[in-house]
Amino acid sequence: MMARALYIHWPFCLKKCPYCDFNSHVRDGVDVARWQAALVADMRAEAALASGEKLSSIFFGGGTPSLMPPALVEALLREAEALWGFAEGIEITLEGNPSSVEARNYADLASAGVNRASLGLQALDDAKLRFLGRLHSAEEGLRALETAQNVFERVSFDLIYALPGHTPEEWRAELSRALGLGTSHLSLYQLTIEPGTKFATMVRQGDFAPLDDDAAADLYSLTQELTSAAGLPAYEISNHARHGEESRHNLTYWRYQDYVGIGPGAHGRRSGMATQRHRKPENWLSAVEERGSGCQHELAIPVPEQASEALLMGLRLAEGLDIAALARRFALPEEQLVDFAELEQLASYGLVTREASHITVTPAGMPLLDAILPRVVADGLVAA
Amino acid sequence: MSTDLSLIRNFSIIAHIDHGKSTLADRLIQVCGGLTEREMSEQVLDNMDIERERGITIKAQTVRLNYTAKDGKTYELNLMDTPGHVDFAYEVSRSLAACEGALLVVDAAQGVEAQTLANVYQSIEHDHEIVPVINKIDLPAAEPEMVRKEIEDIIGIDASEAVLTSAKSGIGIEDVLEAVVAKIPPPKGDRDAPLKAMLVDSWYDPYLGVVILVRVMDGWIKKGLEVKFMQGGTTHLVDRVGCFSPKRTDLPEIGPGEIGFITAQIKEVEQARVGDTITTMKNGAPTPLKGYKEVQPVVFCGLFPVDAADFEKLRESIGKLRLNDASFSYEMETSAALGFGFRCGFLGLLHLEIIQERLSREYDLDLITTAPSVVYRIQLGHTKTEDAQTIELHNPADYPDPSRIEMIEEPWIKAVIYTPDEYLGAILKLCQDRRGIQTDLTYVGGRAQVTYELPLNEVVFDFYDRLKSISRGYASFDYEQIGLREGDLVKMNILVNNEPVDALSLIVHRSVAEERGRGMCERLKDLIPRHLFKIPIQAAIGGKIIARETIAALRKDVTAKCYGGDISRKKKLLEKQKKGKARMREYGNVSIPQEAFIAALRMGEE
Repeated sequence: MMARALYIHWPFCLKKCPYCDFNSHVRDGVDVARWQAALVADMRAEAALASGEKLSSIFFGGGTPSLMPPALVEALLREAEALWGFAEGIEITLEGNPSSVEARNYADLASAGVNRASLGLQALDDAKLRFLGRLHSAEEGLRALETAQNVFERVSFDLIYALPGHTPEEWRAELSRALGLGTSHLSLYQLTIEPGTKFATMVRQGDFAPLDDDAAADLYSLTQELTSAAGLPAYEISNHARHGEESRHNLTYWRYQDYVGIGPGAHGRRSGMATQRHRKPENWLSAVEERGSGCQHELAIPVPEQASEALLMGLRLAEGLDIAALARRFALPEEQLVDFAELEQLASYGLVTREASHITVTPAGMPLLDAILPRVVADGLVAA
Repeated sequence: MSTDLSLIRNFSIIAHIDHGKSTLADRLIQVCGGLTEREMSEQVLDNMDIERERGITIKAQTVRLNYTAKDGKTYELNLMDTPGHVDFAYEVSRSLAACEGALLVVDAAQGVEAQTLANVYQSIEHDHEIVPVINKIDLPAAEPEMVRKEIEDIIGIDASEAVLTSAKSGIGIEDVLEAVVAKIPPPKGDRDAPLKAMLVDSWYDPYLGVVILVRVMDGWIKKGLEVKFMQGGTTHLVDRVGCFSPKRTDLPEIGPGEIGFITAQIKEVEQARVGDTITTMKNGAPTPLKGYKEVQPVVFCGLFPVDAADFEKLRESIGKLRLNDASFSYEMETSAALGFGFRCGFLGLLHLEIIQERLSREYDLDLITTAPSVVYRIQLGHTKTEDAQTIELHNPADYPDPSRIEMIEEPWIKAVIYTPDEYLGAILKLCQDRRGIQTDLTYVGGRAQVTYELPLNEVVFDFYDRLKSISRGYASFDYEQIGLREGDLVKMNILVNNEPVDALSLIVHRSVAEERGRGMCERLKDLIPRHLFKIPIQAAIGGKIIARETIAALRKDVTAKCYGGDISRKKKLLEKQKKGKARMREYGNVSIPQEAFIAALRMGEE
């Protein structure tokens, strides 16, 4: 299988958000020419190993890729097209901050080739934005969204909910407003306290307590209700879209197809190999400059583990997955992939459905996926 | 020749935890040159990690010190470290019987603690001379004069000549040694009388076999002597005689009044029972020493490996532990849900916890412990096929068909509790709740001594913990068994998701069954994690449900954000969950964490 998705990581942010555990860094100045050369080199290194099929999606993630000079984005896209070629209707997404400064770049980014923006609005009121440590105001965010909707073909934005003390009434109002903003895609994440983040420290010190799971579960089902009614049902645990407007790039991950990942800390999957770039920007940069590639690890994933990855990603999707197809793909018998007795039991609780070889986690099962997976994924697939 | 009686002093140290017993012992050893500075590891006497961590002594230890006093004579001082818990009350009494006096160490800032009191009284019962030592006098909060008065008021002994020390800073150590020499009486004994040596303790040493700690009363022991254990009825050839200084040192003989060790090619500690009298084969003593008791396990529970594949390892490890601890018994047991394991007998709950901890720590075993039980005697009526008979029940799982039971008897104890007045009310309530019968109540100063008769099965789970908690650690507790009494006892089953969990079933008195059942269900509700479905937890006697709780179904457990880079993290989570699942036991499709089995029985804050 050839990679048809390319991920490019831009690791820099103006400020580290207190909930974020992504590979993001605050640096005073970035030598754009040097970074451009390095990203191009890293791309070439991967293209030499995995090419032959045209790209159908590119994703600029971060960090804050909307801080990239549009000329840099353009240069990288030109290079990618030269290396792989672009498939008809390629989806090119860039993650952006909805600040007024960055919004000024949106038009140039669109001219550079970006046709889909994913904006980190995160909340629609100032108090929540302050809690989340965001630099933009609600008003500023909405204006940036409007700009984005004017210049990009497709726009999505993120909201974080299930904040401490978040009530169903507040969330109903906020989400209804969000659904009225006219985007065809929404990412709605429940706040997760990730280890090593500022929020983790604050929770440990007792500065605030995360919303309890039962209340969060109520908000989750409210989310499903409102988004479905608005025609943007969940196609993945936290992602909602009008039919046909799903993020094709992210579907690549969840359907466990190959993808190229370049830039600091980027992961990739290349014919059963896991690739991982150096995380720290400086280390990645010097690796590329010295050896022509930022790759730190390249590991062959044993077939059973690949199958477990395919299951744990695939079951996140509302479309579910086909066990027979998976069995053919990994040349493993179906009963070595999933525990059918457990599936049957989970089906009796209404958490999964099974039709012939196709299994799907139900909307009731989705918020319990982490408890469902260890039961469904066959023991033999997981390294003991 | 052994040391002249007048130059021997045998003594123990009584102290509350953290009042400086171990530090003082270390200093005494150091001053007498037993060990160089370099050889002193912290707290020489408490050998086992568990002893150090819990601040308790499990095995008796002795150290022989040579001290040249101000009178110019060199004395042989035998310092005996005694076990400090009611589970080992008998061992303590034998250790005390080997001494003539005790140092009472009291923290100059904390003052007398009630726990100390019970030990002092025990020591006084053995006619010991008590030498008060007020320690930590260099602490800013030290009030030695007040503590001196407290010792006099509360304990009722003269403290005017109490020795003031700081074991940590090395202040007053020689004064302690001088006081030992001056105040503690030398032992009595007759070198020419037939040998009478008390077996104080024994343990297994991989190089020497069983090592026996002895106090010679009359006569002497030397290498090559043929000896008889009067209670055990076995004979042995002594092949080594010596003492600990604290390094093991061989001696030509141990004479009257002296404490030392012998080895005699004994393979199992079971043959060397605490309290036995050792005499010579020829011309031996006609009667043994008084005070011998056969120690019987009183608390039983099942120990099962979490991983069934560890059964052989468990068998081997239990066998090794047993080599060193004759008071612990075991036999194989099978459980429907837990598989193969062992039914083990212990002296008490602390003893149980120690064995369990040593198995997991020293032998790296993960264990499930089932509900502790005492031994019941059951009279069964005859049936068409079986005769009437009396059985001993060690395991609730073996509870016979109730229709055949004519009478059940349970063991009772006499408990003596010392406590400051202010906690008396709470303690009386606790004893009452545990079906206790009060037999005596005496006030001594600001303290009370209360005596209760209690069913042992009400004490084994957590009585001691509760007592400590309601008295803030001030109450002390001592007990002896007083035989079996008939009781209206029933078997209570716990059902999780409608399936009985054999490891949680227990025998209770009918009058408290409902309350206990409710308590267990409530605790299990907190101990069992939420599942994907709701779980009923019930307590039942026969077919009748007496208590019920429900664990609500889990509602949220999901990774909100998961993209390409996150797969490896997500996969690690899955691996962790799979491992966690392996550490749980499944009952009726419910996973019960191993720690829930014992925690469910703790009756907590009532």
